[in-house]
Amino acid sequence: MLKEFRQSLLVSIWFVFLTFPLMVVRVNTTESIVEWRWMSLVWVAVASFFLSYLWRYMLARQQAKKKVEEEGVQQLSKAQLLLEDMTFRYKAMGVLLAFSLVFPWIFDTYQSTIMISALIYVVLGLGLNISVGLAGLLDLGYVAFFAVGAYSYALINHHFDFGFWACLPVGGVLGCLFGVILGFPILRLRGDYLAIVTLGFGMIIKVVLENWNEFSFGPSGIANIDRPGLFGIDMNIDGSTTYIYYIMVAMVVFTILITMRLRNSRIGRAWIALREDEIACVAMGIDMARTKLSAYALGAFWAGMVGVLFAAKTTFINPASFTFMESAIILSIVVLGGMGSILGVILGAFILILLPEYLRAFSEYRMLAFGAAMVLMMIFRPQGIISNIRQKYEYKGLKEEADNG
Amino acid sequence: MEYFIELFLSGLTRGSIYALIALGYTMVYGIIQLINFAHGEIYMIGAFVALIVAGVCTIYGFAGVSVLIIAAIAAVIYASAYGYTLEKIAYRPLRGAPRLSPLISAIGMSIFLQNYVLLAQTSDFLPFPRLIPDFEFMEPVAHIIGSPELVILVTTVVTMILLTLLIKKTKVGKAMRATQQDMSMARLVGINVDRIISLTFVIGSALAAIGGVLVASYIGQVNFYIGFLAGVKAFTAAVLGGIGSIPGAVLGGLVLGLTESFAAGYVSSDYEDVFAFGLLVLILILRPAGILGKARKQKV
Amino acid sequence: MKKFTVLLSSMALFLSLAANGFAADTIKLGVAGPHSGDLAPYGIPAMKAAQLVVKKINAAGGVLGKQVELLIQDDQCKPEIATNTATKLVTDGADVVLGHICSGATKAALGIYNDARIPVMSPSATNPGLTQTGDYPNFFRTIASDDMQAQLAVDFAINNLKVKKVAVLHDKGDYGKGFAEFAKKYLDESGKVEVVLFEGITPGAMDYSSIVQKVRREKAEALIFGGYHPEASKLVSQMARKRLKTLFISDDGVKDASFLKVAGAAADGAYVTGPLDLSKVPLNAAAIAEFKAEYGADPGAFFQEGYSAALALLNAIEQAGSTDYDAVTNALRTKYVETPVGNVKFDSKGDAEGVGFAMYKVENGAFAEVK
Repeated sequence: MLKEFRQSLLVSIWFVFLTFPLMVVRVNTTESIVEWRWMSLVWVAVASFFLSYLWRYMLARQQAKKKVEEEGVQQLSKAQLLLEDMTFRYKAMGVLLAFSLVFPWIFDTYQSTIMISALIYVVLGLGLNISVGLAGLLDLGYVAFFAVGAYSYALINHHFDFGFWACLPVGGVLGCLFGVILGFPILRLRGDYLAIVTLGFGMIIKVVLENWNEFSFGPSGIANIDRPGLFGIDMNIDGSTTYIYYIMVAMVVFTILITMRLRNSRIGRAWIALREDEIACVAMGIDMARTKLSAYALGAFWAGMVGVLFAAKTTFINPASFTFMESAIILSIVVLGGMGSILGVILGAFILILLPEYLRAFSEYRMLAFGAAMVLMMIFRPQGIISNIRQKYEYKGLKEEADNG
Repeated sequence: MEYFIELFLSGLTRGSIYALIALGYTMVYGIIQLINFAHGEIYMIGAFVALIVAGVCTIYGFAGVSVLIIAAIAAVIYASAYGYTLEKIAYRPLRGAPRLSPLISAIGMSIFLQNYVLLAQTSDFLPFPRLIPDFEFMEPVAHIIGSPELVILVTTVVTMILLTLLIKKTKVGKAMRATQQDMSMARLVGINVDRIISLTFVIGSALAAIGGVLVASYIGQVNFYIGFLAGVKAFTAAVLGGIGSIPGAVLGGLVLGLTESFAAGYVSSDYEDVFAFGLLVLILILRPAGILGKARKQKV
Repeated sequence: MKKFTVLLSSMALFLSLAANGFAADTIKLGVAGPHSGDLAPYGIPAMKAAQLVVKKINAAGGVLGKQVELLIQDDQCKPEIATNTATKLVTDGADVVLGHICSGATKAALGIYNDARIPVMSPSATNPGLTQTGDYPNFFRTIASDDMQAQLAVDFAINNLKVKKVAVLHDKGDYGKGFAEFAKKYLDESGKVEVVLFEGITPGAMDYSSIVQKVRREKAEALIFGGYHPEASKLVSQMARKRLKTLFISDDGVKDASFLKVAGAAADGAYVTGPLDLSKVPLNAAAIAEFKAEYGADPGAFFQEGYSAALALLNAIEQAGSTDYDAVTNALRTKYVETPVGNVKFDSKGDAEGVGFAMYKVENGAFAEVK
């Protein structure tokens, strides 16, 4: 008890020392004023004292859980068992779908707008999930493909006046193409090198969009992009928001279906094998180049497609929307939700996008909490909110034989 | 020709700062194979602490070079303390976790620290006092290379020599190299691996803080966001030179700085970053482990 | 289905009316801008200005006898977030909106306000298209547009400084590049000046010495820079370090106390365009004093403009006698209001009359108007 107390006291003193110059002192060199904010020192001391107790308790719990897992079989939690239950799954999906269909009629336009943003991130998350979650290829420049999609619609619409529906596949295919272009040079790279090259790729796309005025209209962006058309009917903003909302719901359902099928396909299993062990995977006769490229290309496809919708929704785009922070947010959606898990990614997107929207009062502290959440999540629940359940194939016949014999 | 020398020197200055920060990345990576994404933030915190300490010192009547030294020492101490704490909180519990986990944790920490400084201090650009004096003897060549650049270059070279001596000649350095080669083996021969990792973070952070103080007094301003771009560039430099290799980080920093400088000078600064990253991709295609990096053999 | 829709929407209408009915005892002033992220320094002063104005007006009895309520929304200067914040402000029942800060975000949000018939006033969005295209009849601003600044800068360089070779740099941003492009256009049109360099610099880069050397090599007599003060102060300090005597001309984004503080002696002799001298305007001094009393620091970018916009919007409601869109916009266009940026009313396109630019020269660490 005393030891714990002393430990916490030490932590508290350490943090007081650590935060002292930044939290307490504020200097104004031009007017030679030093402001001392002693109160924040007290806050830091008290908070760190109690948090350190919590921290140790949580770490100990984490350790204990790890031990259990190492000793025994993987324990499925109640929620996971429930999710495995097919009839429950279908019921839940039905309810969710019904709810999402009546959503815009229950809530106001603002709620629909927010929901559209969240759904955009759901699709982005699912797309990135293919390369990061399934194939294990870290991509820190995913937003570049999103930008490709958005700009392809904005430019085609601006120059040739093509509509939303014509451009939707074009955006996807262009995104795909850029995925392959990025994929080629980095085929030979692994893990961490990949991170920096993809990050660079994201920055290059942004720099090009900013500088190449003749092509992309530079930093001032493209305004007055057409909203999606519905047989030429004129819609006011409420109507078109609802319409975009439904397009988005359809797109999410489509994405879920495709990624679900992809995951269980031959290529999906190849991705997972690649993620787990590259060498073993190649030794098993999987074409690494094709598998990697397809992961990038298919991941980028969704970003390109949803980019088109994004441009149609905001009706204005400029390069400032496609920064590294966006990539980081999409990545954290995938990670926090649970890598490889489709339901997890969806939940992750909702939490990360909707929560800050509704907690606008704390908007100053939003990014702070966001960063802290990423760290804490990794430490205390690295598998994400919904951990991916491994598909198990058991050959029952053999076991029975063994029992009998 | 004079133009070439000018560009060369400004590339060298920039490159040596990149190198100082890149060393932190590369040392940490060498030991625990983690990209410490929050390293750029440590650099920023170093610069901020120096600013605060220098401001307080100036107001209470200190002057000249003594302020610079006090501020630099404070910056180094605090940056090291932050680096140490960072490792304890965000990375140590993740030892042995899948590769991606500590990386995400690092990105989270980077966002956290940025906003912590934003909230605790200010979002404005703050003027950083010009602590580096103008030397009399530099005046004839001032249009090519100024005193601050000279100080940056000299400090960088001295720091690098000290670092090399530390790693090559001391016992601690030997332990660090051993840990880098094989962590479990190092533990077997009685090296306190945890302490060595902490020490690596402390040294890397101290180097970043030196870089931070130098840059801040060179360009004269500090803000909570300066760490991000510097961090990304330094990281690029580290990868360029071969991440994990200490001479590689220095070389990578210089190559990157010179490339940017010549690209801006002879082509156009519009596409400065494109050149930097284009070079990176090119080198990685030709030498996937970086210029001086050794390709690790994959054992199955 | 149709009936159902009608039923639902009428219910929604009723609910919203009821909500409005309950909340009608306040006037709602929406404030949107970047309050977090790297552009926060440009949004927070306007937000604080609005808070000060509202505090003062509420203490004096409010507008039309009602208290003013602030609805503050962060858009991080991102167009896609700006559309969300705009929808949020519309559904929260904002009567008038002060914002947005960045031109891009403003452009994205304006359509939504226009559909909802809410007058919007920006303290800082200087993109010429916002008012000149006539697309947004609900838009007003308390700052003049970029092309006016560029024109002034170019005229000044040609007529007063009599330079022949000019380098034009920008920060690749919406604002800076827009200014630089206008400057280049006017310089080319004048036929008297050669533009020797037109390039973007990377904001936040460690140093600009290569580009400074390039300016020297091109023998530019003047450097016109479009962008904000952090980059400008880096540029002028490095020019001073490299003993480069090229004249420095820049825009309103640079005319900030931070420029003087950060660049120090190196800023001396720099020319910047900025809003007409406001130090004689009594309200301006009062507003700054108020800010200092509250926060103990200098206000920062777009504070006066934000303060003026808040005053103008609330005054227009007072004058109009209601929050009705037509009445308020009409009041904005016809009735003068005393603000920190002068005694202003707005023209038919939404630009403030009497708000313009003057050229300032940095002398002894202060901006002095060039006559």
